[in-house]
Amino acid sequence: MSDSPIILKVEGLSKYFGGIKAIDNVDIDIRQGEIVALIGPNGAGKTTFFNCLTGIYTPTAGDIYLSDPRNGKTTRLNGKKPNKITEIGMARTFQNIRLFPTMSVLENVMIGRHCRTKALIFGAVFRNKATRIEETQIIERSYELLKKIGLHRQVNEEARNLSYGAQRRLEIGRALATDPFLLLLDEPAAGMNPKETEALVALIREICAEGHSILLIEHDMKLVMSLSDRIFVMDYGKKIAQGTPEEVRENPAVIKAYLGEDVDA
Amino acid sequence: MFPVKELKRSALTSLWFAFLTFPIMVVKVDPIERVVSWRWDNMFFIAFGSFVFSILAKVFIIQKERRASKKKQKTISEPLVQRIVREPRFLYPLALACFIFGISFPFLFSTYQTNIMTTALMYVVLGLGLNIVVGVAGLLDLGYVAFYAVGAYSYALLNYNFDMGFWTVLPIGGLLAALLGIILGFPVLRLRGDYLAIVTLGFGEIIRLVLENWNDFSQGPSGIANIPRPSFFGMDMTFAGGITYIYYIILVLVVLTIFVVNRLQNSRLGRAWLALREDEIACEAMGIDKTKTKLIAFSLGAFWAGFVGVIFAAKTTFVNPASFTFLESAIILSIVVLGGMGSIIGVVIGALILILLPEYLRALSEYRMLAFGAILVVMMVFKPGGIISNVRRNYKFKGLSVVEGKNNE
Ligand SMILES: Nc1ncnc2c1ncn2[C@@H]1O[C@H](COP(=O)(O)OP(=O)(O)O)[C@@H](O)[C@H]1O
Ligand SMILES: [Mg+2]
Repeated sequence: MSDSPIILKVEGLSKYFGGIKAIDNVDIDIRQGEIVALIGPNGAGKTTFFNCLTGIYTPTAGDIYLSDPRNGKTTRLNGKKPNKITEIGMARTFQNIRLFPTMSVLENVMIGRHCRTKALIFGAVFRNKATRIEETQIIERSYELLKKIGLHRQVNEEARNLSYGAQRRLEIGRALATDPFLLLLDEPAAGMNPKETEALVALIREICAEGHSILLIEHDMKLVMSLSDRIFVMDYGKKIAQGTPEEVRENPAVIKAYLGEDVDA
Repeated sequence: MFPVKELKRSALTSLWFAFLTFPIMVVKVDPIERVVSWRWDNMFFIAFGSFVFSILAKVFIIQKERRASKKKQKTISEPLVQRIVREPRFLYPLALACFIFGISFPFLFSTYQTNIMTTALMYVVLGLGLNIVVGVAGLLDLGYVAFYAVGAYSYALLNYNFDMGFWTVLPIGGLLAALLGIILGFPVLRLRGDYLAIVTLGFGEIIRLVLENWNDFSQGPSGIANIPRPSFFGMDMTFAGGITYIYYIILVLVVLTIFVVNRLQNSRLGRAWLALREDEIACEAMGIDKTKTKLIAFSLGAFWAGFVGVIFAAKTTFVNPASFTFLESAIILSIVVLGGMGSIIGVVIGALILILLPEYLRALSEYRMLAFGAILVVMMVFKPGGIISNVRRNYKFKGLSVVEGKNNE
């Protein structure tokens, strides 16, 4: 693993909201094929970190570089629009689920194919051969993804009628539809029951085995420890530890951050 | 049973209303006779009227809540109209019947009726155009009439200055409006919701004021007269013949618009518009270029308004700025909201109701604005999706390939 190429490199990233240092000088790197976890107490700045990576927030300082392992091209992401970043090959899910609630399950995934397809007004009105082929491919690819995440029986259901766990899986499916090489998951197991969590772990493993690298934020320690190759720990906007699950578990700073000052480690 | 608490609240509401309207409805000052008359009976009517009205509204809301909670327990059954719309077996014959009726309309009815129907069909196209912007893409545009004006004045001015004919200007008018849509859209489409509404409203008024005040360009408030009707291979037509001809032009345009809008809605672009209406941030994160997609919706809507504008100028043979007030935008918006945001059939029905009803209920047309307001408020409370709400497309799969993609409209 340690010899595979670095695909995401974050150097000295900071994000201030007025006086609040939501992220303070954080360095992180991810290699091709890894599952990396980002953990930390609530309010540590994890979601803000994702928002900076995906272009929703502009970082106050620091650099973000993304390298496509398929062609080795490196892009500096600072100042790029979110849709451009997704196009380069990094997709995400949201902590507070952001599906398109009144669109069908299938259509939600089809939206993910948008940045890999081309038809515009002309194609829509005249339905020429290229457009018809493209549209069929969109539908079939989306259906395939729904099978993978186990929602193919609910293709025509409105997304808002799905159970909480199914909605989280649909978000993953939608993100996968954009053909990312790096997938960012923000608390994918939040609100899931143990059985759903188990299925999620299997799904994440499967996605990783297919060649996607994964960066995930998660509070479920059992899931984090069993899934991740490496873990980064944040607290009050700073990176306080990093390493393999074993290293992080033993790290006194991490134990202090999670259990509070008063407890002797 | 109706709760006593609500009765009390209704009583308070009516007293408050009576108090508020006291200066206008009760006190009447006659400056010539120098007397003040007190019309207390008016106060009674208002108090009583608002009391009854608020109770009625409450009853409706209670019933609706009851029905909604019942619905949750049972499986939701689709309303009849929705089922007809979904089922091609019913929809196609129905559409064919409507089309045949449309074609034979001028033979069945008088020139006067045909003329009214032409106006109604113009609003159908305007409604469908605005439906792309507001209903599908969710961009609240209150200045839509500006693009309509651009189309109308394109024909008026190009004909007046350069003697260009109807058929030449028809596409030009549409393109000019679309161009204006792009120019305006660039700075404005960054704004969201209320802000977008306010800016487009202002823009609509600016266009009207320019037309009113720039005398050298547009001949000011007096407008431009003697615009020729469309020619039919260079033949001259009788007055009635001309009206029938324009009716058919607009009928073709209606069919064309329905075709195009339907295809757009069921395309990659249409999906992106819908998604944009639901969640902009998620859209961007899914790789959709927000600005570009919105701009396409905005300028396409403008294109249709420009088209109809040209036809409007040819139909009335006269344009002046008074035809393009905010009231027009409000009417077109009402059509979209009443008919059902994003639903083609809904918008068609909405346009026919809102334009034909006032024509045939002449007595009511004085209270048009009042009626619009009331209808919209009632609709928003009881049927927020409009007469026909948009139905999602159904897909069937066998193995890995699509067997059928059942259309919604
Ligand atoms: N848009 C914002 N404006 C102001 N403060 C924000 C904003 N977004 C996040 N924050 C603050 O940044 C800190 C980190 O939040 P967040 O990234 O959501 O934490 P986490 O995801 O680790 O729980 C919090 O103190 C939060 O209040
Ligand atoms: Mg968070």
